[in-house]
Amino acid sequence: MLEDDNRNCGCMMNNFNMNYNMMNTNMTSSSDNNMSSCECDEFNQTREQMMERIKCLNFAIIELGLYLDTHVDDEKAICLHRKYCKEYRELTDKYQKVYGPLTIQFPCNKWRWIEEPWPWERGNF
Amino acid sequence: MWTYNKILEYPVNIKCTDPRLAKVIISQYGGPDGELAASLRYLSQKFGMPDQNAKAILNDIGTEELAHLEMVGAIVHQLTKNASIEEIEAAGLGPYYTDHGVDVYPQSAAGVPFTAAYIACKGDAIANLQEDLAAEQKARATYEKLIDLCRDNPDVLDPLKFLREREIVHFQRFGEALRGVQDKLAEKKFYMNCDNMNK
Repeated sequence: MLEDDNRNCGCMMNNFNMNYNMMNTNMTSSSDNNMSSCECDEFNQTREQMMERIKCLNFAIIELGLYLDTHVDDEKAICLHRKYCKEYRELTDKYQKVYGPLTIQFPCNKWRWIEEPWPWERGNF
Repeated sequence: MWTYNKILEYPVNIKCTDPRLAKVIISQYGGPDGELAASLRYLSQKFGMPDQNAKAILNDIGTEELAHLEMVGAIVHQLTKNASIEEIEAAGLGPYYTDHGVDVYPQSAAGVPFTAAYIACKGDAIANLQEDLAAEQKARATYEKLIDLCRDNPDVLDPLKFLREREIVHFQRFGEALRGVQDKLAEKKFYMNCDNMNK
């Protein structure tokens, strides 16, 4: 029963959420965690810095996903996954509004999907 | 790169097993005009396209074909999952069962394993797009044959009809991309003499 609580978004997760929010407000710069937000001001990030962060988060989410597939009850990993997914969502949203869509699911007023060079032409890197 | 969405592009919900149908439908999984060949063809050809529209259409159709591959796999899986050994034998799937059980293996209806020889990358955008147009028509024709063979099973017919329609849309889009590439290649080229630029 405990196991199920951890796996689903039950009350256990709310605790994690609170912890995470506290963590977030208390520690803006660095700690033992090398995935903590980068030092530069979030609003002054260059395009390259934003993309670098998006790629880091993307890889971390993929890696945590694989790990969680075989370790579904690992609370620390679930907490990290939640944290990175949230930041990924916010950052990709911000990036895409300025630099154009990264996925076909991102809405545009004009069709910007074909504007940028493709990744195999060193676009978005 | 790709991310996985935990949804099928169009629902597959087959209530009765029927390995006879799985035996033929698997051709659209790993056969010569199947979804795997289609996806690999477009996703390999996209690198060599001369304009943005053609790159985008190959990239995006190649991506959709992966979703179709999953749908065809789901159809084959649901048609064989709870089949009895008698049903499997009666369907002529004894040899398949010997090597693959009821896993979904990329092969043609005749049992030929998937091969990259099904696809071409000719180093020529016009030749490649013409091949893509032909591929869509062959896939449409294959789906029509499968629809004939599955006429008594509405659960199977429904997703097959959807997949057939998608081939027609893809054919249309490839035709438009081809026209764009032809126009681009037919444009007059102007050259500037560098000696005159600094004067």
